[in-house]
Amino acid sequence: MTRIVAWAAVLLGCLYFLLPLAGMTEFSLKMRRGVYSFDAYVKVFEDPTFWATFGYSLTLAAATIVFGVLLVVPTAYWVRLKLPQARPVVEFITLLPLVIPAIVIVFGYIRLYNTSSFLPLTGSAFGTDILLTMGYATLALPYMYRAVDTGLRTIDVATLTEAAQSLGAGWFTILARIILPNVLVAVLSGAFLTLAIVIGEFTMAALLNRPAFGPFMQLLGANRAYEPPALAVIAFTITWVCMGLIQLVTRFSKHERAKA
Amino acid sequence: MTDTPPRHRPKMRLPIEWLGILPFVLFALLFLILPTMKIVIGAFQTPEGSFTLQNLIDLNTDSIRRAYWTSIKLSMITALLGCAMGFAMAAAVVFGGLPKRIRSPLLTFSGVASNFAGVPLAFAFIATLGPAGLVTLWLKTEFGINLRAMGFNLLSFWGLVVTYLFFQIPLMILIIIPALDGLKREWREAAAVLGATGAQYWRMVALPILFPSLLGTFALLFANSFGAVATAFALTGPQLNIVPIKLFAQIRGDVLGNPNLGYALAFGMIVITGLANVTYIVLRTRSERWLK
Repeated sequence: MTRIVAWAAVLLGCLYFLLPLAGMTEFSLKMRRGVYSFDAYVKVFEDPTFWATFGYSLTLAAATIVFGVLLVVPTAYWVRLKLPQARPVVEFITLLPLVIPAIVIVFGYIRLYNTSSFLPLTGSAFGTDILLTMGYATLALPYMYRAVDTGLRTIDVATLTEAAQSLGAGWFTILARIILPNVLVAVLSGAFLTLAIVIGEFTMAALLNRPAFGPFMQLLGANRAYEPPALAVIAFTITWVCMGLIQLVTRFSKHERAKA
Repeated sequence: MTDTPPRHRPKMRLPIEWLGILPFVLFALLFLILPTMKIVIGAFQTPEGSFTLQNLIDLNTDSIRRAYWTSIKLSMITALLGCAMGFAMAAAVVFGGLPKRIRSPLLTFSGVASNFAGVPLAFAFIATLGPAGLVTLWLKTEFGINLRAMGFNLLSFWGLVVTYLFFQIPLMILIIIPALDGLKREWREAAAVLGATGAQYWRMVALPILFPSLLGTFALLFANSFGAVATAFALTGPQLNIVPIKLFAQIRGDVLGNPNLGYALAFGMIVITGLANVTYIVLRTRSERWLK
């Protein structure tokens, strides 16, 4: 009896999740009347705006990841090593982006960094790009910090640091050559999750008026019929690949550790 | 270590060691805390900069009240349904005697689906339940069921509910499976030895232990859907009257005709998601006491 109910719950759930995926795939293939074709995908890939916005979002994602790693790894390391008393404060701050909706944060950016402010970031395209990168770093902060902090938990930070110091290593060497390689899996997990979040992000990019992939998809959705589901398939694939890569690096590291 | 006596350590330690997190503190101040403060302070200011409660009072118009109410209702319903369905699926996988092989794919898929939000999610549902969607057409041609005539419209409140569940259910699954794993076998056996039925075990042992997790996750799901903009915007455009969409329109074009009213609108959002998240954090700490 329990088993029947359990199967029913899982199967109904799967149906709910698979139907939209089937729906978007089927719809994206229907552009040519009467037969299935990849016309919608061809249309999307032929659109130079697609490549421009996709490239833009990819670049911002890369910048966000680099900045996030440079910010989070030393901070999490330092908190673990020297400032355990700061942990509750730092953890609370890293959780704030889950509390404050992204639209409110970006609203604050627009008002705080306008052209007549102390730091007129929105005055130039490059400044706005930096602002958007910082915004994405904020959105990714909870995930990045948790991933890295969990990674640091599995290694003996204090001993590694002392060993490196007694061999004459400075802080930069310790971070770059001892700590980072040891938490690389955690960093990569955080990085792929950041990529998944940033690549299709809509709210911040739209309100800061930057030509990112999210606003491009929205605009296309408002004007076309068959390209949007094709884009949805592409976006879903990207999310799937990101999550798959996270699993892959995690599994790889477990394998390595088991061998060691 | 023995040759370093604890000289003036206590005096020096604080400022110098705190410098190590200075970059982080600066980043948090500049891009998280100050922007939020700007909104909060702005909600209590007149355009000229003096203190006022007028902005908050002005929120009390029919249209804004309805926007908040619709948003709260939407978040409540999607959080409730998300919790219930996510719990059912998680419990089925953990206790239902299903093959072990489904568990890992389900968790992976939940990871993907909980991140598959925003604009593409709206497209997926338009292609499925929209006027020319796969399910809509299939129901019409195979069974003669006309969803639209039955009052279902994807670009409406209930359409939004169905769509939001796509990321709410997986989030619930991801959070509740570890909690279900934490229920010890011994508890169930102890209850059974004392003569409890399965229902009694759930009602008197398992659910009270899980209650903080459940309520906490509910609060998280609530906040998750309350702040969501992209899915709703891509689905219905700027018409649907919910708070995040209204704020979006206000930031773009000052539709309320008063910039400081925009601050108040955003401040209201922070208060609501803040309350929900505080609930989540408090309850999670409480539930971790049991589920170790």
